Amino acid sequence: MKTEIRGARVVDPAANRDEAASIFVADGRIAAVGRAPDGFRADETIEAAGLVACPGLVDLSARLREPGFEYKATLESEMAAAVAGGVTTLACPPDTDPPLDEPGLVEMLTRRAAGLNGARVHPLGALTTGLKGERLAEMAELAEAGCVGFFQGSAALPDNATLLQAMRYAATFGYTVWLRPQDPALAAGGVAHEGEVATRLGLAPIPVIAETVAVRTILELMQATGARVHLARLSAGAAVELVAQAKARGAPLTCDVSVHHLHLCDRDIADFDSNANLAPPLRDPSDRERLRRALAEGVIDAVCSDHTPVDDDAKLVPFGEAEPGATALELLLPLVLQWGRECGLALPATLAVATVHPARVLGVAAGSLAAGVPADICLFDPKRPWVVKPAALASQGKNTPFMGLELTGRVVRTLVAGRTVHAVREAAQEKVAQ
Amino acid sequence: MGAAALQVAPDGRLRHLLTTEGLPAATIRHILDTADQFVSVSEREVKKVPLLRGKSIFNVFFENSTRTRTTFEIAAKRLSADVINLNVGFSSTNKGETLLDTVYNLQAMDADMFVVRHAQSGAANLIARHVRPGVAVVNAGDGRHQHPTQGLLDMYTIRHYKKDFSGLSVAIVGDVLHSRVARSQIHALKTLGVPDLRVVGPATLLPAAVERLGTRVFHDMVEGIRGCDVVIMLRLQNERMNGALLPSAGEFFKCYGLTAEKLAHAKPDAIVMHPGPMNRGVEIDSPVADGRQSVILPQVTFGIAVRMAVMSMLGSPA
Repeated sequence: MKTEIRGARVVDPAANRDEAASIFVADGRIAAVGRAPDGFRADETIEAAGLVACPGLVDLSARLREPGFEYKATLESEMAAAVAGGVTTLACPPDTDPPLDEPGLVEMLTRRAAGLNGARVHPLGALTTGLKGERLAEMAELAEAGCVGFFQGSAALPDNATLLQAMRYAATFGYTVWLRPQDPALAAGGVAHEGEVATRLGLAPIPVIAETVAVRTILELMQATGARVHLARLSAGAAVELVAQAKARGAPLTCDVSVHHLHLCDRDIADFDSNANLAPPLRDPSDRERLRRALAEGVIDAVCSDHTPVDDDAKLVPFGEAEPGATALELLLPLVLQWGRECGLALPATLAVATVHPARVLGVAAGSLAAGVPADICLFDPKRPWVVKPAALASQGKNTPFMGLELTGRVVRTLVAGRTVHAVREAAQEKVAQ
Repeated sequence: MGAAALQVAPDGRLRHLLTTEGLPAATIRHILDTADQFVSVSEREVKKVPLLRGKSIFNVFFENSTRTRTTFEIAAKRLSADVINLNVGFSSTNKGETLLDTVYNLQAMDADMFVVRHAQSGAANLIARHVRPGVAVVNAGDGRHQHPTQGLLDMYTIRHYKKDFSGLSVAIVGDVLHSRVARSQIHALKTLGVPDLRVVGPATLLPAAVERLGTRVFHDMVEGIRGCDVVIMLRLQNERMNGALLPSAGEFFKCYGLTAEKLAHAKPDAIVMHPGPMNRGVEIDSPVADGRQSVILPQVTFGIAVRMAVMSMLGSPA
């Protein structure tokens, strides 16, 4: 099977390419960009004038909710949401029920996901059995089953001794430990950023120091153990400074930020909007500014959707009782584009944070259009406005703080291994008609 | 729609009472003026007016409070409403029913008004967003957020004794961090134009960025109440007295308890207020609580009139 994608503006951040060109796909892989390989005869031609073609997005955190939370979302619905959002590679956290703490569960998940012929799913294994923070999970077994890292999720580790041993053990095998930096005691009971908004609304606070104390501890333990760490979901500007210093020292450290934290702050809680109940909490506008800049500067390696489908029942409760999280797979691209525009970044630099950079964090061959790599491609209309509403989302999760807002940029077609796995029919026809 | 728009209709009519934040000064004055008329009702032989005859008011308390519930009950009965009391904290939510399901069930019994207390901040706002048009919600305390009728009765009390807010120094003393009463007072006092508003307490009991609500922070009690016209003492919950926030009730009293000696630093005609129930010997010394400057019992009396005012405004046809 050979496919030619014709007339698109090809943006490949890994090669700093941004030009009108054709993409030639053969046998599921990129054969060439620009000039057709000798003797290339396309079986299928995709007319993509007016569209941007970029590597399929790589998302460092998308909760697919299986096993255990099928009433919130199913693998079918969320895999459809991923490709509808142009996401072709994703890492899923282990906080399922039961958690991804044994190889059988991981294998079942990856097999089920592969059977759906959508995005490539890379599970993160549980750092501790049942995420209980007591016993280390069988990391070597889990890695063999396909886990690309080990994550404790939002569950707390009971003490630094456990964290030390987990990092030491992971370092033995060269595995990356994923940690969401939050000191559990300093954050205990909290539901919102400690500041004027939480004070006004009477919401129990989570101070910035809950994050910075945790980051400092992790950095110390990295030095002691040599472990490689990925910090998941930075929320505070002060934590960014610590990361920048550690990276300057050469620490084997990467980190990400959720797309919500690039655009929202604690003021967006407004009148107790439980859709803005997120983990970590939305912080001060100055924190948001620092996060936005740090992502542009590369101090923060990647943006992620932190996609978390939550059912209405878990959101239609008082703010403090609401389950944190929001649906986001299908909002990732337009929100990243908006961030890039607002920061004055060129398209390759904008898209790098959602393609090649997160792929490097995961250590997987994705996020580029280089000849020979799997043809995972996102075609999007950069100017197309659309309104976030439940019917516009394939995800079973319909709760998002962006509900009702108009975003610009919509995925038109998504290919995985050269095969179209998502196509917006009317937009494709519009393009053909022009 | 923000809370301000939720509780006040575009024409200025009160739809719900959820928070004092954003409540226009004119609305507050209207409530206080209406309460003035009801104070006299309470002094009459027959303490009833027929304003809410035939209306059903549900006191839905997800958090137990006999005292607050009783004041609302008395106010509703003096307006001739039918009052139904539910201590939900001990029934349906424990059976797994959600807050909104409870409300929908009660609404199906043709409630005209809900008086709601809940341990979670924002619970009353959530209910107000989901009730049928025409059904009013009165927030009787939600978490640490608001207790607006308490805040308004405090405004009534201050106006009664001080007439005008524009020259006042007011100190709120004690556990501001956990106090919904303090938050209701702060917004109402700012809206009514109090130029000097202070919060006084140890750093462990003052919320972050409280100065951004328009207050000045004092950690020294004497400095905090010096020259004040109004000293408002807050209740210190038992569970906060010994722990990480405070070493002991005794030390709290020593540093922040209102004694005659400390009160002497306020203006000679300063009034002393407390939302009740008081912890004598913890936040307030008995001679002060019972002294000539104390207006703690009049607060309770005015509280009935203010709640009558709020309920009558919410329950009357537009």
